[in-house]
Amino acid sequence: MTLDTKGGGQDHAGSATTNSPIAALAPLVRWESLLLIILVATILIGNWASGDFLTGLNFSNSINNAMEVAIMALAMTPIIITGDIDLSVQSMVGLSGAVMGVLWGGLTPLGYVPLPLAIAVALLVGVIGGLFNGVLVTRWGLPALVVTLGTLALYHGLAQVLLGTNVVTNFPAGYTDFAFKNIPGTFVPWTFPTFLILAVIFYAVLHRTWLGRQIFAIGKNKSAARYSGVRVGSMRTALFVVAGLIAAIAGVILALRFDSVRSSNGANMTLTVVTLAVLGGVDINGGKGTIMGVVLAVLTLAAVQSVLRLVGVSAYIEAAVGFLLIFSVTAPLVARRSRDLVNRVRLGGQSPSAGQAARNVAPSRGGGV
Amino acid sequence: MQSRELSFAGITIVLCLLVGYLTPNFLVLDNLQTTTAFVAIITIAALGETLVIITKNIDLSVESMIGVVAYVVGNELTQKHLSVPEAWMFGIAIGIGLGAVNGLVVTMLRVPSIVATLGTLAIYRGIAFFVANGRDVVLGDLPVDYTQPAYQDFYGVPIFVILALFLIAVMAVIMKYTVFGREIYAVGSNADAAATIGVRARVTVFSAFTLCGFFAGIAGILWGIYFGGIDSNTGLNESLVVIAAVVVGGVSIAGGSGTVIGAALGALFLGLVNNALPILNVDQSWLNVIYGAVILVAVLADALIQRRSERNKARSRLR
Repeated sequence: MTLDTKGGGQDHAGSATTNSPIAALAPLVRWESLLLIILVATILIGNWASGDFLTGLNFSNSINNAMEVAIMALAMTPIIITGDIDLSVQSMVGLSGAVMGVLWGGLTPLGYVPLPLAIAVALLVGVIGGLFNGVLVTRWGLPALVVTLGTLALYHGLAQVLLGTNVVTNFPAGYTDFAFKNIPGTFVPWTFPTFLILAVIFYAVLHRTWLGRQIFAIGKNKSAARYSGVRVGSMRTALFVVAGLIAAIAGVILALRFDSVRSSNGANMTLTVVTLAVLGGVDINGGKGTIMGVVLAVLTLAAVQSVLRLVGVSAYIEAAVGFLLIFSVTAPLVARRSRDLVNRVRLGGQSPSAGQAARNVAPSRGGGV
Repeated sequence: MQSRELSFAGITIVLCLLVGYLTPNFLVLDNLQTTTAFVAIITIAALGETLVIITKNIDLSVESMIGVVAYVVGNELTQKHLSVPEAWMFGIAIGIGLGAVNGLVVTMLRVPSIVATLGTLAIYRGIAFFVANGRDVVLGDLPVDYTQPAYQDFYGVPIFVILALFLIAVMAVIMKYTVFGREIYAVGSNADAAATIGVRARVTVFSAFTLCGFFAGIAGILWGIYFGGIDSNTGLNESLVVIAAVVVGGVSIAGGSGTVIGAALGALFLGLVNNALPILNVDQSWLNVIYGAVILVAVLADALIQRRSERNKARSRLR
């Protein structure tokens, strides 16, 4: 575990302009070990709060519940690293499920389409939706935040138009088993190894290839990346396409897992996906982040949600995720500030990092003070 | 009013007449009253969102603030803890408090507003769940003098609309003629320059978020009056409508430009579209498609206008 964590950190540091590798590595390793501590603490609390926590059944349920948002968080990570965001993923979950549902359920003039073909079309819709986001953001130079806020409404609306009030259900058992059942003889659901394989692929591409280094370069400084030969627009578009495709896969899995396609599928998932990425240590301002951290965040959040569900406060899961989101953005800042404060007290106001903090504050304080 | 708002007002009137021509049920006093009364609620929420967006931030939590205030006020009145005016004050105070929390998280903790309000969107909804605890407020339990304004009008103009017009006028004057209003624009268009001339950006942004909570509070109270029945999901998904109204009304998402009158016209436009759909036999499920398309078209138009003005600037510099 420690080795892996360091590997992730080193890679990230490798893309930075490292004057001192250890210094650049330090905060990252600390963040991931903090996550590990939170994860272990949650498991201990869960075990203390409910005897059902450390059971195979609960493991299988909690993991199954988290897998759709987990794979979407993997795809969201490089997008946030390049400084963009995709708020529309939850609507793509609903839309891809709706496409699969209406095709297979015979709600279109095409009649009853075979399920594999319906799934393929649903995934294609994900690619097209992601491409639409990416082209609007990169070719037209529009802010990702607003474009994906617009497509958040648009894709959800399309799902509503396709389905109306219809609910498609009774998918073939062979397909729902994949989304719902465990690997025979274990309490590990089929979706878990799927997530792990995707995580390894994302890890390899982001931390071990030139593609990943380009992604970090874009997040650090777009024009510098462009001048050093990175095709910034194409890369960002490609990442949106990947996010669209993965969201469509998540939509198909979700629909099969609940054996139900309705237009509200995927509601509120964007919050959880962004939270997973940020909780995993991805800098919301771009340029930093590791897949290892996001995987730890997935496990941590699954554990937290499971505890909340077991102690009977599942109505507040969303609110808890909201807290975690704000916590994970503010925690590094608060830690840095308090460290600066300690340094300042110890060194009598001569800490170099305190000076840096003061410089950071200066522009927004302005000359009016 | 600038030319952009005037032309948009023209489009809205033409749309009105067109729908009125196509169907006789539209330009009827009763229909116009119910439509504009609801538009007034969205408009009031949009006033606050406008301030926030002009400072180059965004507030996604508006719908949850509306939900919390609507529920708490309705609940206090049902339990007869407070008189009607007291409940109003209480609701507005809650709105201001929630808005101030958003402002503090954004300015003091330096969380980007999109992330901060995505978080508080969920947290405030959790508060509504906590307070409601599964119980709904029903119309019959609310005091009559609270729900009465929903049916009152002044020479045919609903009381809600008069309140909205008054608030629009006040905000339009504040934005145009006061130091605070100019500071909002200054922070949004160029934060560094604003700091150089002595604008305290953090204070301005904090005030914008707090005012957004204030207006969401009023909108929440009106929501309860308008619908009577309130549950913990009140206002769900309305943030998108409010933001769509603001951007379609010509407030630039890049900050620094736009007017509250434009935002109000945007709310009116969307309200008319919403109202015209069932009358024109278009399924209601198209609404979200329209909201999404409207946001995308507005932001595209914004970018095109900006590109053209930059090109013109470059051209005039060459001469």
